[in-house]
Amino acid sequence: MIRFERVSKRYPNGREALRDVTLQIGAGEFVFLTGRSGAGKSSILKLVSLLERPTRGTVMVNGQDTGSLPARAIPAFRRRLGVVFQDHQLLMDRPVYDNVALPLIVSDTPFRDIDKRVRAALDQVGLLQYERALPLELSIGEQQRVGIARAVVARPTILIADEPTGNLDHALARDVMQLFKRFQEVGVTVVIATHDLALVQEFGQREIHIADGQVIV
Amino acid sequence: MTTPSIWFTRHIQALLSALGRVLRRPMASLLTTVVIGIALSFPATLWLLVKNAEQVTGGIAEAVDITVYLKTEVPLEEAEKLAASLKLRNTIDEVTLIPAEQGLLEFRDRSGFGAALDALPENPLPHVLVLRPAATHSSADEVEALKGDLAGFPEVEAAQVDTQWVRRLAAILQMLEDLFAAIALMLGVGVLAVIGNMTRLEIGARRAEIEVTKLVGGSNAFVRRPFLYEGLLFGAIGGLIALAITQAVMFALDIPVARLATLYGSEFRLAGLGAAEAATLLLVGACLGLAGAWLGAARHLSRIEARG
Repeated sequence: MIRFERVSKRYPNGREALRDVTLQIGAGEFVFLTGRSGAGKSSILKLVSLLERPTRGTVMVNGQDTGSLPARAIPAFRRRLGVVFQDHQLLMDRPVYDNVALPLIVSDTPFRDIDKRVRAALDQVGLLQYERALPLELSIGEQQRVGIARAVVARPTILIADEPTGNLDHALARDVMQLFKRFQEVGVTVVIATHDLALVQEFGQREIHIADGQVIV
Repeated sequence: MTTPSIWFTRHIQALLSALGRVLRRPMASLLTTVVIGIALSFPATLWLLVKNAEQVTGGIAEAVDITVYLKTEVPLEEAEKLAASLKLRNTIDEVTLIPAEQGLLEFRDRSGFGAALDALPENPLPHVLVLRPAATHSSADEVEALKGDLAGFPEVEAAQVDTQWVRRLAAILQMLEDLFAAIALMLGVGVLAVIGNMTRLEIGARRAEIEVTKLVGGSNAFVRRPFLYEGLLFGAIGGLIALAITQAVMFALDIPVARLATLYGSEFRLAGLGAAEAATLLLVGACLGLAGAWLGAARHLSRIEARG
């Protein structure tokens, strides 16, 4: 599902974020990417979602070599991917419903399907009653769940999350993780970058540890 | 996967969201559209000036007559025959024969040389033909050519016409037309810049939204669409305002111009913008708006990329 072959990433400022990384994540797996801030977890997720391109090496996603994708194919590629961010990246001036519907609107989904799927996604994260609320009227934990609903609304095969619990206390963080676990149980490949080791141990899933831009086995 | 009805729905959505954004900032939108409207109303008004001037002077230019003096020995019957044959030409609209006798009478009345003329043993005046060139052949060059042709007739002593002022008039009209083109070009570029800049500001203000949209897989076309519709709307509304301004100017000038025309014994009335011209004005406004938004969006949207 996701395969890195000898991938290096050097940013324009000269920082080498990843060095010769090789890893493989199978379909339907639930994987934690762990490591300190700046270890390279975010870089891996950015390469998967094509926010960045590798300096060297090959990144395969969904059986597709991302290096051979032209820029104009990136939007369609991203629509098959669900992404959750630490700062959730919601549109603050739009109601929850509109935020969740956005991935469906950009992918030209018919109207009646949009409504059905948005409600289903909001129901899955337990926020159906807040569909008309603005994100700022919700708690941080709820905002994060809106972000998750948006990530899953288009039924992606891969769900990636960068520090999705970074701003949450332990109880809320556990709720959010359980939510991700439920998506994995229905067949979605889930990759979560986190530095919350207590949570990782609690969930006992596969862990890929990154340090200094390299995979530590 | 995109069916025509979804495509159509997406465009309606983009249009509505653009309309919503225009209406959410009524004051800023009004100012922008008024600026565009005023910019477009200048060339539109100038166009009407050119059009009306051509109409007014067209009537005058048609009145350029060629005066043909026949030789004194040409008898009246021959003058009549010549007049009749000239009238058959399609380059000539009207031929008026002024016989020598009539010419003498008129001259006596107008000049005050009555007593002196009485002293002459015979009428010194020739028969005269006054020709009016056909409207389709009334340019200065054509009239000159006709005059040269007539001067070559054996019966003709001399042909006279004053095309100098016709040439001057044509040059003035040409200059007005060029001025119109130059001003239209300048203000058109101005409208492009205004809308391009507005799009730039709008993109800056909605940067976060654009980033998120790209992040969840929004294509460049999708992101650009509402901006293009916004430009189109601004341009079209600006065109509408220009139309209102232009018609208001024409309305205000209508009575004074009619009075002036009456003083010159003319039936002339100002012509406003016709339906086709009004439609052209709106279309030009809309196209400039679309093009300006396109330029602004192409330049600034490509710099915004999704980031994690």
